[in-house]
Amino acid sequence: MTDRVDYQTEPDAYRHWKLSVDGPVATLSADFDEDGGLRPGYKLKLNSYDLGVDIELNDALNRIRFEHPEVKSVVITSLKDKIFCSGANIFMLGLSSHAWKVNFCKFTNETRNGLEDSSKYSDLKSIAAVNGACAGGGYELALACDEIILVDDRSSSVSLPEVPLLGVLPGTGGLTRVTDKRHVRHDLADIFCTTTEGVRGQRAREWRLVDEIAKPGVFDETVKNRALELAAKSNRPDGKGIALIPLERSIEDNALRYRHVSVEMDRRARTATFTVHAPEGEQPQQVDAIEAAGADWYPLALARELDDAILSMRTNELDLGTWIIKTAGDAAAVRAMDATLMQDRDHWLVHETIGYLRRVFQRLDVSSRSLFALIDEGSCFAGTFLELALACDRSYHLELPDDPDITPTVTVDEVNFDLYPMITTESRLERRFYSEQAALDAVRAKIGQPLDADASFELGLVTSNPDDLDWDDEVRIAIEERVSLSPDALTGMEANLRFNGRENMFSRIFGRLTAWQNWIFQRPNAVGESGALKVYGTGEKSQFDWDRV
Amino acid sequence: MPSIDYNEKIPNNVNLSEDRALRRALEHWQPNYLEWWQDMGPDGSQDFDVYLRTAVSVDQEGWAQFGHVKMPDYRWGIFLNPEKPDRKIHFGDHKGEDAWQSVPGEYRANLRRIIVTQGDTEPASVEQQRHLGLTAPSMYDLRNLFQVNVEEGRHLWAMVYLLHKYFGRDGREEGEALLERRSGEEDNPRILQAFNEKTPDWLAFFMFTYFTDRDGKYQLHALSESSFDPLARTTRFMLTEEAHHMFVGETGVARIIERTCDVMKDLKTDDPATLRAAGVIDLPTIQRYLNFHFSVTVDLFGADESSNAATFYSTGLKGRYAENKRKDDHVLKNDSYPVLQLRDGKLVEKEVPMLNALNEVLRDDYIREAASGVKRWNRVIAKAGLPFELGVPHKAFHRKIGSLAGSFISPDGEVLTQEQWRQRENQWLPSSGDREYVASLMGRVVEPGKFANWIAPPAMGINQQPIDFEYIRFN
Repeated sequence: MTDRVDYQTEPDAYRHWKLSVDGPVATLSADFDEDGGLRPGYKLKLNSYDLGVDIELNDALNRIRFEHPEVKSVVITSLKDKIFCSGANIFMLGLSSHAWKVNFCKFTNETRNGLEDSSKYSDLKSIAAVNGACAGGGYELALACDEIILVDDRSSSVSLPEVPLLGVLPGTGGLTRVTDKRHVRHDLADIFCTTTEGVRGQRAREWRLVDEIAKPGVFDETVKNRALELAAKSNRPDGKGIALIPLERSIEDNALRYRHVSVEMDRRARTATFTVHAPEGEQPQQVDAIEAAGADWYPLALARELDDAILSMRTNELDLGTWIIKTAGDAAAVRAMDATLMQDRDHWLVHETIGYLRRVFQRLDVSSRSLFALIDEGSCFAGTFLELALACDRSYHLELPDDPDITPTVTVDEVNFDLYPMITTESRLERRFYSEQAALDAVRAKIGQPLDADASFELGLVTSNPDDLDWDDEVRIAIEERVSLSPDALTGMEANLRFNGRENMFSRIFGRLTAWQNWIFQRPNAVGESGALKVYGTGEKSQFDWDRV
Repeated sequence: MPSIDYNEKIPNNVNLSEDRALRRALEHWQPNYLEWWQDMGPDGSQDFDVYLRTAVSVDQEGWAQFGHVKMPDYRWGIFLNPEKPDRKIHFGDHKGEDAWQSVPGEYRANLRRIIVTQGDTEPASVEQQRHLGLTAPSMYDLRNLFQVNVEEGRHLWAMVYLLHKYFGRDGREEGEALLERRSGEEDNPRILQAFNEKTPDWLAFFMFTYFTDRDGKYQLHALSESSFDPLARTTRFMLTEEAHHMFVGETGVARIIERTCDVMKDLKTDDPATLRAAGVIDLPTIQRYLNFHFSVTVDLFGADESSNAATFYSTGLKGRYAENKRKDDHVLKNDSYPVLQLRDGKLVEKEVPMLNALNEVLRDDYIREAASGVKRWNRVIAKAGLPFELGVPHKAFHRKIGSLAGSFISPDGEVLTQEQWRQRENQWLPSSGDREYVASLMGRVVEPGKFANWIAPPAMGINQQPIDFEYIRFN
């Protein structure tokens, strides 16, 4: 258990980033500790990063979101001389298992998408102040910012050297953002992505690889002015920050327990059961009281706990391939919470909390685990909680024909249409019904009404509605059958089916990562004895199988 | 625009008259070069007739032609050592294959980077030294400074030739950029930090030419082994000129020491204050300058564990010093080499794969040679019968690059705390007071045969000329 990865940290414990706030501008400075790698065997030279570095970055962004609502723009820069960031540490990648690499890339992708999510939904703008060499994952981080300012010192360049140097792809959205976001012409992008030395100065701007270049003498001032300009234009709702206090949790051999979320692991069955508990007792309804509750406010606590549980399970429990999602408690309490979220959605803290929940549900969408929702007795899949079931690959809804009073119900609410779009910007209901109006109208007509299994099945909201005579066997067999299937095939299949409709940059980033990078990461040309990734830095030359596949 | 006969203007042995593409490139580049020389070359020197050595061919008679010439009219030529037919690659993964006469596409980026980085140091040092002419201690020394400067200029030509000839448009752009960067200019610096530092006085200049130009020598030696034959041949010829720069440095420091020792004997004192009052540079100050230039130069060899070093060697781009004289397999896959590390407050050796340690190998070769020259300086002191010895500091002293960066190590190799370092730093490195004192000595002495008080005359003149020869006509 000693080497389990923990996603919780706090600024005082950072080894790699420095977070400072000056009025409306936050600055995140990269100064990665060479000896601070999460695993032994490599040094984080030249501001190269591993999962531990990104865990801090993710935490720092959440601190800005919640502890610093006064911040309207974020500057990401480096404290190292002539180096901005040289991307993921290659020796770390060379030492890592495939699963580790993929999990790492997924999390870094989510963190970068999170920057863009906050820009879009919270008007929290970001600038990459590229004050030195910026390669690979370093440039991908810059690409995730709203703007890139490159120092024009005649030597600092931006580059994506993965293909020529390592025989892999820029796996954190680099290729996709160069085209989809920055609209770099494809032939120029072709040169850019095959040139180890990258592109600098004026040409980098002409090719749209950066927005602005600035001489060293005016660089800091240029960045500062631009950050202040972006901040001045931002409509991010203001307020007084709240502290993200440490999560209360206990980590046991076969369970994770938080205040509102628990995960029980059944290692023999290779399943994990997530149970999300509804709020209990009096809940604040006015914004003052919500602010006073701070990180204890139920929806925020829920988002943080669920986020930590998902990340922890994804990284530390690779073979628990099927996650069973359950809820427990009073649906009325969940609906009351949703009413508060809807009513005060423009208040900064409510707004950020909705954003956190949105990103947690999105994390679930891209998790390579089979997700089954069990809507059984005592459950409360209403509104925000129903979103969990809608995110699942399948949902089973128990029908108790003889006990209409206690038969489990689900309740659709406005929040399911409005509050938690997927990364594709569709709601999960739209995804479910391919945006067909008739189906969506039928669901909308039932807003606020508890629906038993037959009714939800009728509307197409659940996969199956077994009654109490069939439930045990049907659910057991479905899970056992699922658990027996090839995990790789399932990962591919689930991703295909979950992202079935509209594509956008984000879905392409994940889709292409899964399809291409993960293929390349497995091929001997990258990871065989003489694969490019394996021999990097040793002086050995990579040996390729020249057949095109 | 009047047409220039570039074949006439640019002495060469690369068949320039037949190479239209290259001539066109150089026609474009040369005016920019001359403009750079006017702007950044030796301050106020454009009209002087200087007794310079010019290479007009690579053979014994041709490479050292002496005569008075205005520096902007110096015939910067392009010379490669003669081609050896059937030269084979003699190290790395391509060992035994024919040497490359053009750039393999696969290695374009790394070769370009090596050549640009080397090329950038040449104009950089001219820029660093451009004001020294105003404080020359003698006409003889002024002439030597100018000789070093024009030859750094020629070395730039050599690198630009390679860029123009072998790297297409990209190479031409890099050729332009070499003229556009400026040493020490914040917005537009030279690539390597050591070449953005000032060369403020003549002691620093002599130390620089002794220590830092010797780094150049070792880098050029390593490149002269390259599988890319034109690079190997051009760097080999550059080495003949580089030797003069180190001669300037070694004899310059030796003459300062000689003068100091004379005054020490005369006054029968080793008290720095008394010696300073007598207008010479005390030996402890010379030691501190030595420590500074040695440690800064040792950093230029790069990180002690380097993936680039491994790649450059295995792919055949850059060999080791005297590759041919080494008795091993010249592939080095199974070898290891000890590098210094700070662990638990102690300096310890760690074995790393030889290929990754090649920067360290070259650094250690360099240190051996650099230290041997210091022994020759000590002979000057011993000859004067004085009990003082100069020495090179420990390899780990004052390092800014590699795994020792950020540690605090004394010249004896003692591991210190930051506080201990801070207290004693001024004993080991030139203080601002030292630099001010040395600067105060710098005045212009340029009558033939006259020398500043703090430096002894040389044993002999240039090209068998007398010491009071008119090496420079100021017009």
